[in-house]
Amino acid sequence: MRSIVLTKGVPDFSEGAVSFDEDGHLERGKTPTVMNPNDHFALRAALQTRVRHGGHVSGMSMGPPSYSTVLEEAMEDIYSDDSYLLSDRELAASDTWATAITLSAAIEKYQEEVADVDLVFAGFKTADGETGHTGPQTAWCLEWPIVTHVIALDIDPDERVLRAKRLVEGDVDEIETVEAPLPCFVVTDPEFEPTYRKAAHRLEHKRLRAATEERVEDFDDHLTTWDHEDLRLDSEYIGLDGSPTIVSSVDPIPKAPSEREATMVDPGDSDGMEQVLEELQPFAGGD
Amino acid sequence: MEVKPMSETRADGGSDDYEHYEAVVVGCGPGGAAAAARLAEHGIETLVLERGVEAGSKNVSGGLIYAEDSAPYTIDDLFPDFREEAAERPVTDYHIHNIDGRQVTTYDLTDLHEHDTDWCDAVLRRTMDSWLEQRVHEKTSETGGGVLTGVRVNGLLRENGEIVGVTCDELDPIRADYIVAADGVNSELARAADLMDWDEPDEWFQGVKAVVDMDADVINDRFSIEEGEGVAHLFSGDLFEDVRGGGFLYTNEDTLSIGTVFHLDSLVAEEAEPHELLDALLTHPLLAQWFDGEYNELEYSAKLVPDSKKVAHREPYADNLVLVGDAGGQMQAQGPIIKGMNHAVTAGALAADAYALTRGNADPEAAGRRYTTMLEQSGTMGKLRPRRYELTSTVGEHDLVTRAVEGVLNSPVGSVAIGNPIAKRLLPKAYNSPFLVGMLPDTSMAYTTLPSLIGEKHGRTVHWENEIEPPTLEERIGDLTYNTDVGNPHIRLQDESFEASGAAVYACPVSAEDFGGGCYRAETVTTNGSEEKLVSLDTQPCVECGTCAIVADTEWTHPRGEKGVEFKQG
Ligand SMILES: Cc1cc2nc3c(=O)[nH]c(=O)nc-3n(C[C@H](O)[C@H](O)[C@H](O)COP(=O)(O)OP(=O)(O)OC[C@H]3O[C@@H](n4cnc5c(N)ncnc54)[C@H](O)[C@@H]3O)c2cc1C
Ligand code: SF4
Repeated sequence: MRSIVLTKGVPDFSEGAVSFDEDGHLERGKTPTVMNPNDHFALRAALQTRVRHGGHVSGMSMGPPSYSTVLEEAMEDIYSDDSYLLSDRELAASDTWATAITLSAAIEKYQEEVADVDLVFAGFKTADGETGHTGPQTAWCLEWPIVTHVIALDIDPDERVLRAKRLVEGDVDEIETVEAPLPCFVVTDPEFEPTYRKAAHRLEHKRLRAATEERVEDFDDHLTTWDHEDLRLDSEYIGLDGSPTIVSSVDPIPKAPSEREATMVDPGDSDGMEQVLEELQPFAGGD
Repeated sequence: MEVKPMSETRADGGSDDYEHYEAVVVGCGPGGAAAAARLAEHGIETLVLERGVEAGSKNVSGGLIYAEDSAPYTIDDLFPDFREEAAERPVTDYHIHNIDGRQVTTYDLTDLHEHDTDWCDAVLRRTMDSWLEQRVHEKTSETGGGVLTGVRVNGLLRENGEIVGVTCDELDPIRADYIVAADGVNSELARAADLMDWDEPDEWFQGVKAVVDMDADVINDRFSIEEGEGVAHLFSGDLFEDVRGGGFLYTNEDTLSIGTVFHLDSLVAEEAEPHELLDALLTHPLLAQWFDGEYNELEYSAKLVPDSKKVAHREPYADNLVLVGDAGGQMQAQGPIIKGMNHAVTAGALAADAYALTRGNADPEAAGRRYTTMLEQSGTMGKLRPRRYELTSTVGEHDLVTRAVEGVLNSPVGSVAIGNPIAKRLLPKAYNSPFLVGMLPDTSMAYTTLPSLIGEKHGRTVHWENEIEPPTLEERIGDLTYNTDVGNPHIRLQDESFEASGAAVYACPVSAEDFGGGCYRAETVTTNGSEEKLVSLDTQPCVECGTCAIVADTEWTHPRGEKGVEFKQG
């Protein structure tokens, strides 16, 4: 089984890490890049497939050279064998469409030059774009079947079929089981949970982890960078020029005004507690 | 959530066979590690399943690991770098202190300690077992197996009543041609195979221990030793009131292991609080010389210890399953010297050899029978169940005789006898006789009366003041690391009446009367005007010692893999 897992870097939006200027615009330079949180689920699905069925996993990302850290993180996390970074100035400012064209071109180049691919894994939505378009558009470019919102999966390598449980319309209450032929594009849902209930799988997991420790040390030896010329992409179709999406404006959402006053009352203080009860009385229903 | 793996689904909807390993070893303590290493050396595909996050994270010992001259296998036979890489200090000095209040008589026990001893090192179990785990994983990986941590075996897989494998919380059932239960004291597998019951408190000891921080230089200074040297001190006498047992102090590289080991039935009978007994030792004036007013406890821990004299299983097998180490009750208390780890190692290696010798034999019990013979012929069973103990135990345990002897000792004549100058010369000799020590009856005469008399008659008075304050039980629990399995308690009370389960309120090392933050609590409830004393249980602070499996009416299991307490020292 050979898989490619797509991942990208996003600004770290967590408290304390993210930085905005006075107008509320994101300060990219001051905000560290982290792996897109939803990609972790795609990574785990790729690892589960690798552990259960063997084979090879390549990490792939499109973005500035600094995104190699995200690929390195993928290698540490899920023991990917090698990494591909699609990076040059012409690719900058791509929207989801231009990104999908670039990614599908890279996957095709990989198939021509490296090996046939059985599965491509991608996370659901990126934290900076929030569109959820890139995966489906890439699958469309490749003319591959796509299964989205996957929460569990297994593969029959002989029959070359994938079977997955997926959330219907992203609704947690409704789960359907679908089958799709390989090669297939899989978009994992944040509900995805890998399972390893075979001792052999856990031993393989352990073996991969040990083997990766050395590989990560020489991360750069396992990194291939492709620019738009390597991918034979005309600069009209990629980057800013190839991006039909126009973001007209981004409005910061103002913080909701809050006026609250808090008084601390020790539950042991009976006068204080009485006052609390009195204050609450008007809100109590019934009589 | 899981999709039924396609590879396992046949056209008829049924499932393919379970996974199979030639040998499955449950537990990666010294017994399991030895068994697995030796099985791998025989080229046998071996899977080791250990419930802790890492081997050692669940384990506690005193701990001095002995390499006996007479043993067919010692740990360094199987793991050559063991002493350099996994052990703390060797024991170069060995003493026992007989205590009567401030009166202390100290005997050099080096002769007893060195009897049949090639070497003996102090160990901390987290360091030791995790090191063993690595070596075992390397060895077993070569024959197609390996070590998996975080997996708790919860039962036996049977076919037509016969044991054919194991079931686990985290994995699908696994078949095996040979199963080594090295899952320690309170072995769930030994119980599932009907080889052990957990009924009688007098078959067990309870060990409680504190690991205390101390710089290596300070240790060398305070114990007057050099680098590469270490000491062992044992304590008996009246500092534990009438509870039968004793205390120990061993030096590690840069910590001390200080603890107590008591007969469980005695703890229950005296309604003693284990943490208070430990504190009685820690705060005794004799220990002041080593603390110098400073005390920094790194970890509080506890575990049951089987008494091989009573529970070492004479035929530790059922079908293709064998018991190794504590699981089979192979824990020898040779007077004050405790030998469990070394016997677990020997037994583990013998169990592996027994399988290798009978491999291919269609009779599933062939290996078990061979193992039993090897335990006998190697002299191991003889150490675990000394014949002389069997002969004297009826005397030792006979109440009347005991009382008569105690009466004599306490009489002016008796204590004079012990106090006379000849006794002064003979007593250290007697203590150093493995023969006599092996005969010591399990009565308070051996543990309290005699040592305190010796202390009183021959002792020098200790004038030091010990001003250290050990942490409270609440602080001790607070310092432990837990991965709580929320909503899934591993112990359930079957009978909450005080008569059935009240003993646990005292005997549980993390519970105490009038302490609300422990596992067991007693409360008086009034129902329909009548008062009733009931016991309640919260397993969150549990250190998985096994005590309440014996002294209370519980449905007792270990927590799932990786859950529960995690010892950093052990
Ligand atoms: C306070 C104290 C002092 C002691 N002092 C000494 C001493 O000085 N010298 C000495 O030799 N001995 C001493 N002992 C005894 C010694 O610790 C034991 O005899 C020894 O650890 C037994 O080894 P074992 O391999 O049989 O079991 P253990 O070391 O208990 O190992 C059992 C392993 O099995 C795992 N396990 C248990 N159940 C399961 C399950 N269901 N599924 C998967 N894994 C499981 C456990 O996590 C553990 O790793 C002392 C014990 C105590 C408590
Ligand atoms: S609850 Fe039971 S097993 Fe847990 S620490 Fe207390 S006595 Fe030991």
